[in-house]
Amino acid sequence: MSAEQIAFKAPEIMIDRATHYCPGCHHGIAHRLVGEVLTEMGLVDDTLCVGSIGCSVFIYNYLNVDAVEAPHGRAPAVATGLKRSRKDKFVFTYQGDGDLASIGMAEIVHAANRGERISVVFVNNTVYGMTGGQMAPTTLIGQKTTTCPAGRCLDREGAPIRMSEIIGGLGGTAYCERASLDSVKNIRRAKKAIRKAFEVQQQGIGFGFVELLSGCPTNWRMDAVAANKRITEEMIPYFPLGVYKDVTAEGGCACTEHGTDSKEDK
Amino acid sequence: MARVEFRDERCKGCLLCTTVCPKEIICQSARFNKQGYKVAEVKEDDMDKCTGCASCALICPDLAITVYREKKEGK
Repeated sequence: MSAEQIAFKAPEIMIDRATHYCPGCHHGIAHRLVGEVLTEMGLVDDTLCVGSIGCSVFIYNYLNVDAVEAPHGRAPAVATGLKRSRKDKFVFTYQGDGDLASIGMAEIVHAANRGERISVVFVNNTVYGMTGGQMAPTTLIGQKTTTCPAGRCLDREGAPIRMSEIIGGLGGTAYCERASLDSVKNIRRAKKAIRKAFEVQQQGIGFGFVELLSGCPTNWRMDAVAANKRITEEMIPYFPLGVYKDVTAEGGCACTEHGTDSKEDK
Repeated sequence: MARVEFRDERCKGCLLCTTVCPKEIICQSARFNKQGYKVAEVKEDDMDKCTGCASCALICPDLAITVYREKKEGK
């Protein structure tokens, strides 16, 4: 047994307590990836986390960093203030799709456009999770929620908003990528994406944005394994993975590491 | 030899780990934890098939899995 080493254990930044998330919720994976990246970049003691409203409102209970709680949708505005007053700190927000893409649309778009030196982790699970699964701006066409029981209708409610495409098109954005948490391969990519979005802030280049496609088994009314499958089969085709903007890449254009699959919708 | 350790009190029985194991040795056990979740496990006989790839730990949302791997010679 002496020749044994630990290949994987929970990072120390994660507070050792059970999360309040439902079984199979991907918030736990996203929290851990953020924690791992902060640890690897040596930022744990210099980080200010801005929590948002939604299931992830209790992120400060799980990540052992200093945190501020923002009003619904206003995390980028709070983060702007934090970063401008404490330029020595690393500031990131952690927001869901009901928070960021709906009520917080103005804040996120303007923060990105101003090129605030902050990073945003955007968890997209296509519903309002905490409040009981209402329709969000990102809800897919035909998806049934408590406020669109017959399924989202393109004619009545419009098409789901693709946030990465919007943020990637803004001038102040330094890095913008959409990743997914549905498979081992995609989780590894997601970690790299988070790291890149954090690095552009540390280098003072601009706004870093990473969208993580994740599941909400409870509000999708399915088990965790089926929810995971839904991400692969329904979400990724509508929300293509890939890098939407990377000013650090050669040539300064939105090149992609993810091959041609991300170019379909451009 | 590699092995995995499940913390029963953290496992919520979502079974995402069972979908990513390349050896397909993770399964749902018959026992419940305090919260009433049926936890995942690797049967004792199957443990020697574990390669220590840590895929299960990577996808586990609840940090319930610790993976041990044999130290390579000369390191």
